[in-house]
Amino acid sequence: MTLPAAAWGFVAPALLVIGLFFLLPVVAALGLSLTDFDIYALANLANLRFVGLANYMRMLQTPLFWQALGNTLYFVVAGVPLSIGVSLGSALLLHSRLACCRSFFRTALFAPVVTSLVAVAVVWRYLFHTRYGMVNFVLGHLGVSPVNWLGDPHWAMPTIILLAVWKNFGYNMVIFLASLQAIPQGLYEAARIDGASWSRQTRHITLPMLEPTLLLVSILTTAGYFQLFAEPYVMTQGGPLHSTLSVLYFMYEEGFKWWNLGAASAVAFLLFGLIWVVTWLLLRLAADRS
Amino acid sequence: MLRLLLGALLVLLSACTLSNSERQTIHFWVMGHEGEVIAPLLPEFERRNPDIRIELQQLPWTAAHEKLLTAFAGNTLPDLCQLGNTWVPEFAALGALARLDSHVAASRVVVPEDYFSGIWDTNVIGKSLLGIPWYVDTRLLFYRSDLLGKAGIQTPPRTWQEWERALAAVKKEVGPDRYAILLPLNEFEPLLALSLQQDEPLLRDGGRWGNFAGPGFRRALQFYARMFRKGWAPIEGGAQIANVWTEFGRGYFAFYLSGPWNIEEFKRRLPPDRQGDWMTAPLPGPDGPGASTAGGSSLVIFRSSRHPQAAWRLIEYLSEPAIQVRFHELSGNLPPRRAAWRDARLSGDVYSKAFRDQLERVRPTPKIPEWERIVTEMQTVAEQVVRGGMDMDEASLALDRRVDGMLEKRRWMLAHGASP
Repeated sequence: MTLPAAAWGFVAPALLVIGLFFLLPVVAALGLSLTDFDIYALANLANLRFVGLANYMRMLQTPLFWQALGNTLYFVVAGVPLSIGVSLGSALLLHSRLACCRSFFRTALFAPVVTSLVAVAVVWRYLFHTRYGMVNFVLGHLGVSPVNWLGDPHWAMPTIILLAVWKNFGYNMVIFLASLQAIPQGLYEAARIDGASWSRQTRHITLPMLEPTLLLVSILTTAGYFQLFAEPYVMTQGGPLHSTLSVLYFMYEEGFKWWNLGAASAVAFLLFGLIWVVTWLLLRLAADRS
Repeated sequence: MLRLLLGALLVLLSACTLSNSERQTIHFWVMGHEGEVIAPLLPEFERRNPDIRIELQQLPWTAAHEKLLTAFAGNTLPDLCQLGNTWVPEFAALGALARLDSHVAASRVVVPEDYFSGIWDTNVIGKSLLGIPWYVDTRLLFYRSDLLGKAGIQTPPRTWQEWERALAAVKKEVGPDRYAILLPLNEFEPLLALSLQQDEPLLRDGGRWGNFAGPGFRRALQFYARMFRKGWAPIEGGAQIANVWTEFGRGYFAFYLSGPWNIEEFKRRLPPDRQGDWMTAPLPGPDGPGASTAGGSSLVIFRSSRHPQAAWRLIEYLSEPAIQVRFHELSGNLPPRRAAWRDARLSGDVYSKAFRDQLERVRPTPKIPEWERIVTEMQTVAEQVVRGGMDMDEASLALDRRVDGMLEKRRWMLAHGASP
């Protein structure tokens, strides 16, 4: 099929913008990832060496990269289901006919999404402070001895997950709410006439009708959570003992702190490959089911 | 020639006032707190040099490094800049800094001998002088004299041995919930200072290889880790201590290894009835008063500057002892030259005394662009030793291996005759 010249004329501006601001940088980054571009190369391009896949090979042999990958997977595996669960739960509650002051709660639950993470982090750091934090204060009354939330390598990531879930669930909640409202009431009416309980209605009407939304939300959330960066950046700077260092944070340090742009680009492409594979798996899973 | 004549004519015509277009404008980038407080010093300079106008730009420290490198890549560097002295080697490797040797040789204001030698040295890369120290930063002990007194320690420790005795005594006095010293685990300066006190350098063979498996660094690491293992120091990063000043006032720790800015902070933030209870002391060394870090900022001129002479005049002005004392009053920063320290406002301050003493014993870190990354890695390994109980031998060998990896490019450059 050939497009008429006029059609090319119409898409040309968009293609040009995409090519210039997306495709070209991506190709340049790919090229960069095959070199050892660093501060010396910035000084003089004669110091630039073409290293082939050495950056990738070295990354795969760097323990810190694997640790960052492990942390990121931990964050995704624990964070995504938790986040979607909380979003869905709160959307169902808000959608329920029994809920009062709906618009108030909708706004309140969405508020974390639009607040500045930096401001939130200050408050959270105090909430989770070992000696003065409210969380330990409440737990203390329940007989739990103080937990060093952000300072203990075992607890820092769970705290970050909690922050990320709290910060982000409102966004998915709104999407769920919209698609809940799109389910025809007739279906529920028919089910009620047949005597179906609330739980059976949820299982056989609500969830199947939400499936396309669930797929969309899980893909978006997974891709987003793989790119964990801001939360550890403002809360723990990747510490303690690199327990909250994510792949993206690792890349940021390689690239913008140490100016090893070649190695940083390689990390970016490894992360891209990973997200691509996971998304593809999710899509396959969805296709198999339908 | 014609332009010169015209210019002279114009000056005459406008009766000594220069029109803006004929004044040289020099762009001056200043970072962080210094950027906020330096403005009142500049009008005096412009009054003395009516042909120079200063365009001041303030950068936050967190963004400064990136901004400078981007400016270098985009060829938009200013004429003159404040540069953390550990960044000098990096910008020297970029070839971005102008040599200042001839300026200094001709200057009557900037006298190298008057500067503390450890600080001056941080600006000399190879044989070139690339920056003039503006203010200094070193680390030493802040301590609670009342807590030490209670523990039976009358004078601050001068050697490691005395220090250990003092730490043990204080810890015994304050009990399990409080500590003898605070060494925030996310800060590399304490361990770095202890390592600089050793005779062996931290890198060997002209900065080609790490020397962390050598006995010098191992001794420092051992001493550092011991302070945690004995329970003298809390195993905490800075973020976990919500407010060091309050905690110091409450006696959560009795020693604190920190820098000059905390003199002002403690004066301001400790309650009045605590003011008599704290003091500063030089850093104890393995045997006798020890060395410490030579931090701080320098003033540099970029090679791309079109007004290096005017920029140099500003450096000279900011280096005048009287101006440095005023700068100290505005910022709390310590001057890098002895002449400024003779002023009563500095020599009369009891808390600054220890710093004056320490400044004679500051040592620069290896002057290579990779240093900042190396020292970060050093602290990572130290944290693993302290927190995770990593074996000391294993730690120092692992550190050397990683450092050697970071220096691979540098070795390649040196082998190919390039000067990094």
